[in-house]
Amino acid sequence: MIDKKWINHELPPSVLPLERTRLQFFAKAIGETDPVYIDVAAAQAAGYADLPAPPTFLFAAELDSGAVDRMLQDLGVPVAKLLHGEQGFTYHLPACAGDTITVRTRIEDIYDKKNGALEFVVKTSKAFNQRDELVAELRAVVVCRH
Amino acid sequence: MNKLTFDGVKVGDTLPPLQLPPVDRTTLALFAGASGDHNPIHIDIDFARRAGMPDVFAHGMLGMAWLGRLITQWAPQSQLRRFDVRFQGITHLGNAIRCTGVVAEKLEDTRCVRIELQTTNQYGQTKIAGEALVALP
Repeated sequence: MIDKKWINHELPPSVLPLERTRLQFFAKAIGETDPVYIDVAAAQAAGYADLPAPPTFLFAAELDSGAVDRMLQDLGVPVAKLLHGEQGFTYHLPACAGDTITVRTRIEDIYDKKNGALEFVVKTSKAFNQRDELVAELRAVVVCRH
Repeated sequence: MNKLTFDGVKVGDTLPPLQLPPVDRTTLALFAGASGDHNPIHIDIDFARRAGMPDVFAHGMLGMAWLGRLITQWAPQSQLRRFDVRFQGITHLGNAIRCTGVVAEKLEDTRCVRIELQTTNQYGQTKIAGEALVALP
């Protein structure tokens, strides 16, 4: 069982500089062909400062930084037993290439179902840009299956 | 194409669907690198088998990213306010995912529409269900 002492634990902040080439690689990986996500001139014509990060991209911050890996180790959840249950985003401001995003995450809840056969970890995050403006909020439910 | 407006949208309107090609290993390898999710269960068949799976399978966030494309090909991303999904089933290799969305509700006070979202494979199995709030002028 995951120790409930981790409820309210704050993960170390994750800093993700948004780079054009990474955003273009992400666009390729998801089959995105809209020039707004690939071509800087098209992005700027659409009113963005630079290439915008697509709606789900900021999920990368805590993967790149290793914060998720460390959390799973701390909680004793083997990656082979991990499933993604839910994911949510609330958007406040665009995040574009050239921005540096800092994601701050708290473990909001830990609970189990089916007599412990499934354990759930709920984590909530706030993503800020380099001006300390709130860009987005994220909520994830991850599931450990036994 | 008519400009999308709050007054011009009706409950029950459908978004232009997004049909993806069948999931293959190259797609999963590229998504692992681009998304930062290097969990070997999505890219290494040996690891997947040791974990009790018959083969690698798609990242949940790949399906969510496709739903993001469904939304942003309909309305500019700057108008997207919320985007929430539940991962209901595993998207396997060979699954050809279709993303669909329907206007479920119009919120007069915020001039947002609530879109119900789904991904389904070619056998009609739902893989992801969710919703988005989109502000319309």
